[in-house]
Amino acid sequence: MATRAVAARVLTGGEAVAEAMRQIDPDVVPVYPITPQTPMIQGFAKFAAAGRVHGEIINVESEHSAMSAAIGAALAGARTITATSSQGLALMAEVVYIAAAMRAPIVMAVGNRALSGPINIHCDHSDSMLVRDSGVVQLFAENAQEAYDLMVMAPRIAEHPDVLLPVLVCQDGFTITHSAEPVVLLGDRSVKKFVGEYHIPFPLLDLSAPTTQGPFAMPDYYYEVRHQQVAAMSAALAAFEDVAGEFETLSGRRYDVIEPYALDDAERAIVCLGSTGGTVKDVVDELRSEGERVGLLEIRSFRPFPVERLRSALEHVGQIAVLDRADSPGGLPPLFADLTATLHGTSAELESYVYGLGGRDLHPEEIRHVFCAPAGAAVPVYLGLRSEPCLV
Amino acid sequence: MSELKSWTELPVGGTVSPGDAEQPRTGSWRTGLRPEVDLSKCVNCLLCWLYCPDSAIRLDGTTFVGFDHDVCKGCELCEVVCPVGAIGMVRDGN
Repeated sequence: MATRAVAARVLTGGEAVAEAMRQIDPDVVPVYPITPQTPMIQGFAKFAAAGRVHGEIINVESEHSAMSAAIGAALAGARTITATSSQGLALMAEVVYIAAAMRAPIVMAVGNRALSGPINIHCDHSDSMLVRDSGVVQLFAENAQEAYDLMVMAPRIAEHPDVLLPVLVCQDGFTITHSAEPVVLLGDRSVKKFVGEYHIPFPLLDLSAPTTQGPFAMPDYYYEVRHQQVAAMSAALAAFEDVAGEFETLSGRRYDVIEPYALDDAERAIVCLGSTGGTVKDVVDELRSEGERVGLLEIRSFRPFPVERLRSALEHVGQIAVLDRADSPGGLPPLFADLTATLHGTSAELESYVYGLGGRDLHPEEIRHVFCAPAGAAVPVYLGLRSEPCLV
Repeated sequence: MSELKSWTELPVGGTVSPGDAEQPRTGSWRTGLRPEVDLSKCVNCLLCWLYCPDSAIRLDGTTFVGFDHDVCKGCELCEVVCPVGAIGMVRDGN
């Protein structure tokens, strides 16, 4: 595909998603506004008002309705995109499970924000973790460029015939959604061609082949239908790789389900999701210049969790600090729990750190501390929490 | 019952197409009473057809011809709404 990227523009992550949505030009966009998702939808609504997109925005009365309308539209045969954050995702959650079970390939941009309470508008990943087991793909962006690129890739992954699952493109609220940085956009026609036509196996509006969708399933079939989602999730790993290959041809930018950084000879590594990876890279560079063998592994695809890839990327690393931007009171933080199981049987020593809840900043000094702290710390350590004794 | 299908044999999302579903014989858990009709009294008003919650009234065109006991659950509504006393409940198995 002959393509030429246009020059970089200065955009927030939210604006970048709005641009991606304009270029994808979905048929239906059912949305309800919530901070920090608002700039995505506000931006797209401006494009719609200016007649630059053909799709229909449905101003629904809640996020529960937004996801319900999205399921109907996506299964009717319309490419459908929505977006939300925090309480919006919580209100949607019941229907998110149904979207996955009905195999509706909806794309949803998420501006990650702490769940209430106390009520808060800033970033953590508790909203994503709430739908962790719902059967939706969750991709995490490190910055606005990645949010844009993953958004362009998302319909292809969602609509892949072996996948047919909702895909959530997650970006950290405010840190990415509202922070302006250079973003290279693809050409409008290139994106349109890349995403192609929308196809699903049983469009409800195909009156020549009527179907019942979302039927009741008793104990003799529930388990089987749910297991189809497990297989679809496995297929999503391969679909990501295929789509990423085509996207590289188009853009020159290569994505993978994991992103190792200075990991090959690392003795100590951090594993994290989202924008924090950018800060960790700076600290890794500093420590490397001081002769420390440290590295980073950013997880791009949190669901499906790339177990085999993570195991082979991390098993040679002696000490691994897992940074969770969500807590599980009374339990283990979600990323730490997943990684501990993933690396079971290897010699890797894992430590758990919770950080950044409700938008609490994570400073480079704290990341240095994580790299330099002795292994075997309490599980978990609460970074940035006042009175936590072992911090800088 | 037909053979239960594995997850690889089911259509995506458990989608059901016409002809896929087995006709359930819900009449197998009837109350113990079933309706019978005296067709010589029936005036073909079709009130029983209108009221039956289980579509258990069989018609030939627009003419009442009897009951589908495979789906009748024995609720007795047809007996109650019949204006001429043509329908009566009898003990099942008689």
